[in-house]
Amino acid sequence: EANAVIIPQCSHIPPGRRGCLMETTVSPNKEELVIRPLHSGDIYTSFQFRTLWETDFTRENKVSHYRLFPKSLGQVISKFSVRELHISFTQGYWRTMQWGQPYLPSPPGAELWVWFQDSLTDVDGTWKELTNVLSGIFCASLNFIDSTNTVQPSASFKPLGIGNVTDHQIVCTENLTPWKKLLPCGSKAGLAVLLKSEKLFHSSFHSQAVHIRPVCKDDQCKTTSWELRQTLNVVFDLHNSGQGKNEWSLFKMFSRTLTEACPVASSSKIYIDITDNSQGEQFELSPATPLLSQAVVLGDRRTFSVYDLTQQITFGTICNVLKLPVTYSAHAGDMLRPLLHAERYVAGYGLQTGEIHTLMYNNHPYRSFPVLLLDSVPWYLRLYIHTLTVTSKGKDNKPSYIHYQPSKDRVRPHLLEMLVQLPPNSVTEVTLQFERALLKWTEYTPDPNHGFYVGSSVISSLVPSIVAMDTNNSRERPLFSSFFPSKEESSYFVRVYTEPLLVNLPTPDFSMPYNVICLTCTVVAVGYGSLYNLLTRSFQIEEPSPGLAKRIANIIRKMRGVPPL
Amino acid sequence: MGLLSDPNRRRALISLLTRLNTPICIVCYMAGVAWFMGLAFEPFTLRTYMSENAMGSTMVEERFPAGERALATGREFSAHKKRTGGMPVEWLMKTMQAKGLEVFTQRFSRTLPFPDENKERYMVRGTNVYGILRAPRAPRTEALVLSAPCSPGDNNNQAVGLLLGLAEYFRNQIYWAKDIIFLVNEHDLIGMQAWLEGYHHTNTTGMDWSPLQGRGGSIQAALSLELSSDIITSLDLVLEGLNGQLPNLDLANLFYAFCQKIGVLCTIQGKLQRNDWDSVSGYSHAVQTMMLMVMKQASGRPWGDHGLFLRYHIEAATIKGVNSFRQYKTDATTIGRLLEGMYRKLNNLLERLHQSYFFYLMPSLSHFVSIGYYMPAFGLLAVILLLRALDLWVQLSTPPQRTEDGSSPGVLSLLTPLVISHLTGVALYMLPIRFQEMAVEHFPVSETEAVVLTAIAVYTLLSPGTEQGWRVLKLVAVLYLAVLLGCTALINFSLGFILALTLVPVAAFVTPHVPKVLSAFILVILSPACTLLFSVFFFQELQEMPISFQDGWLLFLSVISQGILDHSLYGSLVYPLITLLVYPCWLLFWNILFWN
Repeated sequence: EANAVIIPQCSHIPPGRRGCLMETTVSPNKEELVIRPLHSGDIYTSFQFRTLWETDFTRENKVSHYRLFPKSLGQVISKFSVRELHISFTQGYWRTMQWGQPYLPSPPGAELWVWFQDSLTDVDGTWKELTNVLSGIFCASLNFIDSTNTVQPSASFKPLGIGNVTDHQIVCTENLTPWKKLLPCGSKAGLAVLLKSEKLFHSSFHSQAVHIRPVCKDDQCKTTSWELRQTLNVVFDLHNSGQGKNEWSLFKMFSRTLTEACPVASSSKIYIDITDNSQGEQFELSPATPLLSQAVVLGDRRTFSVYDLTQQITFGTICNVLKLPVTYSAHAGDMLRPLLHAERYVAGYGLQTGEIHTLMYNNHPYRSFPVLLLDSVPWYLRLYIHTLTVTSKGKDNKPSYIHYQPSKDRVRPHLLEMLVQLPPNSVTEVTLQFERALLKWTEYTPDPNHGFYVGSSVISSLVPSIVAMDTNNSRERPLFSSFFPSKEESSYFVRVYTEPLLVNLPTPDFSMPYNVICLTCTVVAVGYGSLYNLLTRSFQIEEPSPGLAKRIANIIRKMRGVPPL
Repeated sequence: MGLLSDPNRRRALISLLTRLNTPICIVCYMAGVAWFMGLAFEPFTLRTYMSENAMGSTMVEERFPAGERALATGREFSAHKKRTGGMPVEWLMKTMQAKGLEVFTQRFSRTLPFPDENKERYMVRGTNVYGILRAPRAPRTEALVLSAPCSPGDNNNQAVGLLLGLAEYFRNQIYWAKDIIFLVNEHDLIGMQAWLEGYHHTNTTGMDWSPLQGRGGSIQAALSLELSSDIITSLDLVLEGLNGQLPNLDLANLFYAFCQKIGVLCTIQGKLQRNDWDSVSGYSHAVQTMMLMVMKQASGRPWGDHGLFLRYHIEAATIKGVNSFRQYKTDATTIGRLLEGMYRKLNNLLERLHQSYFFYLMPSLSHFVSIGYYMPAFGLLAVILLLRALDLWVQLSTPPQRTEDGSSPGVLSLLTPLVISHLTGVALYMLPIRFQEMAVEHFPVSETEAVVLTAIAVYTLLSPGTEQGWRVLKLVAVLYLAVLLGCTALINFSLGFILALTLVPVAAFVTPHVPKVLSAFILVILSPACTLLFSVFFFQELQEMPISFQDGWLLFLSVISQGILDHSLYGSLVYPLITLLVYPCWLLFWNILFWN
């Protein structure tokens, strides 16, 4: 039952989002770095590298010229009939309450979403093969992805993919190196010079991703080309790395300086968010740049200082950004109130049952908006779907759409999708009870007492925007503001991932199975068996049957009329 | 078992057991007590050792430098506490935020079933403040907790200061793999209960609390800190939790290992460990330490803020700073380093602590008695009940010699005492809370009990009973007691053992044919209530704080009210166990004594 989800052609726009991007200018390779000082005092740096591949093998089957597009990925796309591919490796959890919304959300661990071409027949087989190939490319254990942790959502990832996997995976340099190799200049020139793994993993949050999707070449979208976006998001904790000093500069963060732009890049820019620093009260940039740019990102108009690396002047002293030493000021400890925010936890105690609580916050003062909640729960947590409750402000909140696919033991996970309307300024709580299954003893992981992971749930929504969103897709915009194109001016797309859960299952004591088996068998066989025997039988003393000679003697005696012996 | 399937030999064995029943029972009882006393003898115990490989010996170093600053913070906290007359919530939030934590608060309120006279509280209303140190690049799935209670008066200010000092120091370290939650709880256990219930979103005791905003995933381990002076002489480890639950022995091992490494005097039950196990005083010291643990465990109450964590399968212990008149002094920096080391080791944990024992007794910090060693002591006592039951069974199955009333006892004559004694138990369970307004000072437990006992004696003396009848009733009662004590000992060995020590002799000797007045006196002396009274005196004696009878009686009454409070506030099961099961069981024996 291979049910490949058909990706709509560009003429067909799926509800809520536009399926394709339009790219009028021919700019095969772009790279940019956004630096944003966060509310909490941390520094958010986001790299994006985009490569376009002007080919369309929906028509021409054999392609051998990849230009700047990495060949390994190009072959994967053509071999496995991939329509869209999104893979992310993340270490850490994005702290929405401290950091606001990320430019590109990703869940902790590894996540892989793929849309296949509608011509593909054996989706499951291809999926398995693809995960193995990708685990080779990215040096990651994606090959542990199988049917028990894969779901095919009906609504949540409509524009971007099918086949979800979240997996607990530790990201480290061995994943970063293959990722860097996909870049056109490697880590030799351009912004990629800054990617020194020692520093990138000395951070509060690290997320690297690869997104491959078709984009339109012109307004009418008659032809498409492949877009490869490689993103790297890192949050630096200045408090830890700076020995208490809150100064930051490119060198301090990456311990590298920029030397030259990547020669094949048509655009290479550094954006620094100075919206909260209009008077230079928090930090000053050195050298200052006259170039300012405004963009609407995540429902907010932000101002950026732009450094163009293709101009030679910028090199040398570039971006010795200095921040005035500001300790945690009183407001820095306050939580942000992002419009959409979610958290999840396991309630209850004991190893038999439990309850998953998902809280969704709508902090908009007067507008309600719908969210799409996607939950994928492994089969060994047996969900009691009849206990599903959705409450907002103490009242029952009936979801307008529920799609539930029950799990099959050892085959597939639970899939729950819901469309819930979040009332303004409210918390919506979704609760679901579950029972913990007792696994077979070979099914436990090598560290069973650590617990078992349940992947993040995904909340997708169109959040009402404060400023008008930029819907003109034909305009040249910074990469970070154009990943999720907006369809309406009044709202923007947000995807929020909740925390993964760590759930303890009833675990046998593995330390001495042999002793336990021996003892149990002995007790059952010897002790219980004979005791049961004693209790159920009644014993009577039986006269031993007389011997043959005695019997004959008795017969003779009887005949003689004498009493028997 | 072949022995038993041969009827002749079975008969011989049974006749032997019935003939020698009393001597065997006496021997068993003596052997049980002797075994138990032998547990504290060092050659019979095991040395503690770290079972968890992830916490192996020397993998972390401790560098916490800021003990003095922590104490200064503690003094500041104390000043703010005095000014606000309670928890300085605003100040704590600001301070924690300044140290770079995510800070949250939780409000809670609770009305006690009756005023707690020990702590002088009735309507409790408070706020917990906690800050979460987020581990870098961690997905919020695991957390460790460090808590310090905000106590009234001048207590525990240093604990809060050290907690804040450690938070500041920990914030600057990069090696954390688990979130660390720093919790300052108000109203000690009530606040802790509110926080834990809020964290796990359960409500077992009917408390009002506001839901928690921030969480750190599943809590792996917790330590609670109590520190009331700037300089201490020793650290005391408290393990006994709710319903006699104990944390994994590895947590105690971890504490002991770091005390050894850093050179801090450490005690358990407030007793230092001694090396002269072969001398009489050394042995009696070990016995005292172990008996204190047994008494505390049997009480079923949490002996520190850590005690409530254990219900949630979170390994937890309380570390208490003791300032006595010893020469050897330890400053706050050293305690900070000790805690840092422990948290770094706990941070290294891959799995929950599970490798070592959960059931143990400790005659000293370096030695322990595992469940395999102490259970035979209980088993020897429990076997007496089974022997008595066997004896009764044999007596019942052999037909009576003189059959003037040959009819076997009706079900009704058996059910009546069972039902009545259980109803009495239910009444004892309900009355103290229901009629607390009527009780002027404390509950007139002794008076009530006296009335009940006389009533039962009168009732049984009046109603006619047969010779067979009391035997059946006693058989039921003995088996009932065996099952009851067996189950109790599995969950809480100490409670089961102490109850067995007093109830087993009662069960063994009571018949209607013993002298009534003397037996009634012995029965009352060995009743659960008197056991508790003796335990109170014994406990005080062990703690080297002997008290007069008058004080002891008052303490006894307050212990009862504490037990009821523990039950309604934290869900301790000792009070319902005693009133609903043990007391009715004892009443059955009372009933047998007055069988007509």
